[in-house]
Amino acid sequence: MNIHEYQSKAILKSYGVNVPNGFPAFSVDEAVEKAKELNTPVMVVKAQIHAGGRGKAGGVKLAKSLDEVKTYATELLGKTLVTHQTGPAGKKVGRLLIEEGCPNIKHEYYLSFVIDRATASVVMMGSEEGGMDIEQVAATKPDKIIKEYIDPVIGLAPFQASRMAYAMNFPQAAIRQASALMTCLYNAFIGKDCSLAEINPLVVTEDDKVIALDAKLKFDDSALFRHSDVEAMRDETEEDPKERRAAKAGLNYVNLGGDVACMVNGAGLAMATVDIIKHYGGEPANFLDVGGDSSPEKIAEAFQIMLDGGQAKGIFVNIFGGINRCDLVAKGILEAAKIISPDGKSLPVPVVVRLEGTNVEEGRRILQESPVANVIMAPTMEGGAEEIVKRVKAAA
Amino acid sequence: MGVLVNEDTKVIVQGITGKQATFHTKQMLAYGTKIVGGVTPGKAGQTVEGVPVFNTVKDAVAATGVTASVIYVPARFAADSIMEGVDAGLDLVVCITEHIPVLDMVKVRRYMQGKKTRLIGPNCPGIMTTDESKLGIIPGNIQKKGHVGLVSRSGTLTYEAAFQLMNAGIGITTAVGIGGDPVKGTDFIDALELFKNDPETKAVLMIGEIGGTAEEDAAKWIKENMPDKPVTAFVAGRQAPPGKRMGHAGAIISGGKGTAADKIKALNAVGIQVADTVAHIGETVVATLKKAGIYEACHTC
Repeated sequence: MNIHEYQSKAILKSYGVNVPNGFPAFSVDEAVEKAKELNTPVMVVKAQIHAGGRGKAGGVKLAKSLDEVKTYATELLGKTLVTHQTGPAGKKVGRLLIEEGCPNIKHEYYLSFVIDRATASVVMMGSEEGGMDIEQVAATKPDKIIKEYIDPVIGLAPFQASRMAYAMNFPQAAIRQASALMTCLYNAFIGKDCSLAEINPLVVTEDDKVIALDAKLKFDDSALFRHSDVEAMRDETEEDPKERRAAKAGLNYVNLGGDVACMVNGAGLAMATVDIIKHYGGEPANFLDVGGDSSPEKIAEAFQIMLDGGQAKGIFVNIFGGINRCDLVAKGILEAAKIISPDGKSLPVPVVVRLEGTNVEEGRRILQESPVANVIMAPTMEGGAEEIVKRVKAAA
Repeated sequence: MGVLVNEDTKVIVQGITGKQATFHTKQMLAYGTKIVGGVTPGKAGQTVEGVPVFNTVKDAVAATGVTASVIYVPARFAADSIMEGVDAGLDLVVCITEHIPVLDMVKVRRYMQGKKTRLIGPNCPGIMTTDESKLGIIPGNIQKKGHVGLVSRSGTLTYEAAFQLMNAGIGITTAVGIGGDPVKGTDFIDALELFKNDPETKAVLMIGEIGGTAEEDAAKWIKENMPDKPVTAFVAGRQAPPGKRMGHAGAIISGGKGTAADKIKALNAVGIQVADTVAHIGETVVATLKKAGIYEACHTC
């Protein structure tokens, strides 16, 4: 799960990380009001969206008066920002962060914590090449990225934080503050079950103060059950409406934007089905894992999500019944037809069905005995993938 | 033969009184798995499918001499259950549970350092040595006996692959589902090492997916350590967009790392053939076996 920069900064502040004073604003009036409250000569108006690269896309503005705050807030609120992380459609700005400016920056650094799969530990990464894309630094100057692997029993040891601060070339007067900040950030990472805690840039000012100018926290979805405060920060307007609806129904769904939809059991087979649709020349509409114990009602909901807004021009149902049973999937397709079509016996787009595994004969029999218009049985997986792509192209 | 488990392996089911666990205990017993007990705190003295229930793993070990366990405990308690199995000195713990918090697994892996237990999973379908024993949820009817070792990060792709191999007349020694989580007990290289040392296994099928670099690491390891057993591969997620979790917690392209393209490139670079699509896994394995001159030996069913 992702949250906004202002929310991340509020969490980090509660763990003792030094962040600039600032307030979220949802309207132009609120932006000006909060700017007044800040009472500082330079203010930053920052668009709040769940994507990086906002600065380059014009989403971060420096204001030297309340009038300028008003101008920039008016310009940004409601604007669609396109950054290298939003995709071509961009993201609409609905919230701003009004923050005190930090005019006397001496140097920009990078600091983050992530999980390292290979060592099964939390790793701290730091670089004196801050303010830019860390992936670019990793590609061009890999020796400029320093890592410290953390023992979960000990936590981040003081010597590791200090070693990192020296390796990142912080000025001597800022070493203690920098290592203290690392400990605070680590505590936040552990305390809130983060999957990423990143500060970029982390700055040192001319008077050697260490400040987190930006902040990004991501959370482990599997641990949200013990962080209701984080769950409450969810901004649903940042999420794809179909993905949100699917999550509520207990479905694993990712919108991929195309028109050939698929419904699959199991994450691996679902990914592979998206791939095979593309392999045969189709544009995948989605990843959808209906899981191992799907009721007919859940499958009907999955159909409605795929068809919503006219996105799916065809649907490939690819089921390998291991634990889940083909007969239940077949019943789900009948149920979907009942809910979706006026006559209860048809589906609005071609649905190619490949069933294999547990109770496959029963599943095929159900679909044969209660024929649903537009449902086509596929004898094999590749046959089914080719068929659905062909039918969607023919209908276009 | 095969790896990790055989017909003599004694097994307990942790969380045996749960609905899923009870269902799968029945399935495992029907397959021939030697289940000697179950564990659910507070339920000692009961039986499930004729199997005695104990309060703790330690009690189960003392009473039965069990060496392996399979876990169906809910996510928020599962990490603790793994550690209980490790503490009781089991040789093998297989954890089926999905959605265990990653930081809990970081602690588990630290706890396991210096101890003898091998952990498979979590978030996996388990393991199955053909016609001998299965621990987990792999269906028993899609895998025939033979000489190919199967290791996979995905449950349904394990079934799909086993089914395609069966239809192609190719049998399996052991299928090992290592699971779709980022922090887990056994990774590709660990499983490959087991297959390397198993005389029955003549070739390996490896099924990977996006996220992390375990496939790339495995490619390097195979080239250096296992030149005599041909490997075939499949990688799911060629079309996955960066930054999106594709169902499995570990299936995410982050920071430009973990793409299917990188993995396929690394595998191809050491001479491993990667199936073009999921529907071509069976025939790609057959092609690899023929090229290595062991197709006849592996054509067992």
